[in-house]
Amino acid sequence: MSILMDENTRVIVQGITGRDGAFHTKQMLEYGTKIVGGTTPGKGGEKVHGVPVFNTVEQAVKMTGANASVLFVPAKFATDAIYESAGNGIKLIIAISEGIPTMDIAKILPYLKTCNCRMIGPNCPGIIVPGIGKIGIFPTQIFQKGNVGIVSRSGTLTYEIVYNLTINGLGQSACIGMGGDSIIGMKFKDYLELFEQDDETDAVVMIGEIGGTDEQDAAEYIKKHFSKPVVAFIAGKSAPPGKRMGHAGAIISGGDATAETKIKVLKHAGVTVINEPEEIGKAVRKILAI
Amino acid sequence: MKIHEYQAKLIFKDNGIPIPDGQIAFSVEQGLNIAKQIGFPVVIKSQVQVGGRGKAGGIKLSRNEQEFQKSAAQILSMTIKALPVEKILIEQALNIKKEYYISIVMDRQKSKPVVIASKEGGIDIEEIAKRTPEKIYKLYIEPEIGLLPYQARMIAFNLFYDASIAFKVADIINKLYKIFEEKDASLVEINPLILTQEGNIFAIDAKINFDDNALDRQPEIVKLREVTENEKKELDAKAKGLSYIQLTGNIGCMVNGAGLAMATMDVIKKYGGEPANFLDIGGSSNPQKVIDAFNILNSDKNVKAIFINIFGGITRCDDVANGIIMALGKLNIGLPIITRLIGTNEQKAKEILAKSNFNLISVSSLSSGAKKAVELVT
Repeated sequence: MSILMDENTRVIVQGITGRDGAFHTKQMLEYGTKIVGGTTPGKGGEKVHGVPVFNTVEQAVKMTGANASVLFVPAKFATDAIYESAGNGIKLIIAISEGIPTMDIAKILPYLKTCNCRMIGPNCPGIIVPGIGKIGIFPTQIFQKGNVGIVSRSGTLTYEIVYNLTINGLGQSACIGMGGDSIIGMKFKDYLELFEQDDETDAVVMIGEIGGTDEQDAAEYIKKHFSKPVVAFIAGKSAPPGKRMGHAGAIISGGDATAETKIKVLKHAGVTVINEPEEIGKAVRKILAI
Repeated sequence: MKIHEYQAKLIFKDNGIPIPDGQIAFSVEQGLNIAKQIGFPVVIKSQVQVGGRGKAGGIKLSRNEQEFQKSAAQILSMTIKALPVEKILIEQALNIKKEYYISIVMDRQKSKPVVIASKEGGIDIEEIAKRTPEKIYKLYIEPEIGLLPYQARMIAFNLFYDASIAFKVADIINKLYKIFEEKDASLVEINPLILTQEGNIFAIDAKINFDDNALDRQPEIVKLREVTENEKKELDAKAKGLSYIQLTGNIGCMVNGAGLAMATMDVIKKYGGEPANFLDIGGSSNPQKVIDAFNILNSDKNVKAIFINIFGGITRCDDVANGIIMALGKLNIGLPIITRLIGTNEQKAKEILAKSNFNLISVSSLSSGAKKAVELVT
């Protein structure tokens, strides 16, 4: 068992004929992901790296039996693309697209709920399950199959931490970049619930940052319901208040949004909080007693 | 994106939210003319995009010409939180009976807009929340439905007993939500909303922040942007695909990815150094971006050493290495440069850098790079 994707996950790529869509389709195929189709309105009938292109998600789902979708469409068309997938029965959407208006996402989320559809992102690197595949843009060479689950608000910082785990002999059960925007689909707590149920995950690494209170919500959940050990790193201790640090959601807008507050709350919930990425391997080995 | 109070008030006025009579002025003379037109007493309000203007002495009442000249000159020569006051808003002074608070903000936790209202206005809402949380009224709005008229009445009747006033305030709350939604705001705030002795309601302060993700579809809002010196550098960088924020330290950072850029700053600080900036060169491998990034770091006179930390994924280390070589060939950079390039094509990158004649300090980890940088500047 793994979380969110397994052997039965059949993926379509929305925006497959674009530069990024085509490039990452190839990368995902090479990692063994079941990419069964793609969509670009008006380009139905073409092929990208052998993958059939459809005009609509409806046709793609009908012809391929797809149940997941990854978005490489520009922000301007991304909202429509999310509605299109959810409205056609897709159950997992990975929205890589960056720069989707916040209000659009706020309006979509209740609709996704009624469709029983989960969304990773937007503005995220996606998900990778070593041994199964990846949906998104993670560089595969640093990953190794194992028992550590990772969930992160970041991209390259996640690579840094995964790399350190791998060179310390700690493989990964799944790794998710949940997105850097202020309003996103699934959050820390949602992923923790899945990791709790997953018998292939023995420990979880959480990579948070300044902005919002999602880490605090996760801490609350961990304290009450999470049985596996958690190690966390929170980026942005040195960030000045009121400034947006790259990610749309990385801004200290009140006392609760600082790295210090998050670290304190997580520690209080029994989470091991490391001070720099390179401490991760050692910290996870210690909590797993290996 | 932020705008000034007077700009937010113009949006209020366009949407029918009552504001005091007023106008913007750039000099004491111009301001005095406006004050005479409006009639004394007037309020002089500095226009800078930071909170705490009142506490800093940037808002003053003046009852006559002499008082006006003195206060206006004083405010126009002020610097509030490092921002020089270049404009003042001159407004009619009203007979305030009581101050209230109303705002709408996107709540990240619930992923919904929330209307926040309080019978205590005129002070920092976080203060009110801390001191008297029972005095804060919150109502979450279903984003796909929007604010319903009954909800606006509910909030208004929580603040006001008198029905005729409550109806006026409900109307303001409806209009405020319309602005919030139509203009893609991330925050609209009236603090304070006032009831006058005469029984009228006015928004005597106005704050609107906008969702940066939505600016593409809000061209009229983008036109309102006023760029400070620091922001100018940040926006220039943004136009080149870089995300840059200047800080006060002396170790220049060049990193790919926002999270890693923050972590790099944190680790520098952990080892006793001070980062000069946040700089994310993004996910592409274009060597030009590296050159642009060097240009920015080179223009900051505080920078005494540069730490380049790249974790290659989509970004290829050899492309970054080529960018470094090209930049050093073009620009005169007399600073020590520490490089840490790891991930996609790191071996090729190492060869490229080793073959060059430039004196680069190569390190293998984030920690060792940060330590080295701190050592070089102390």
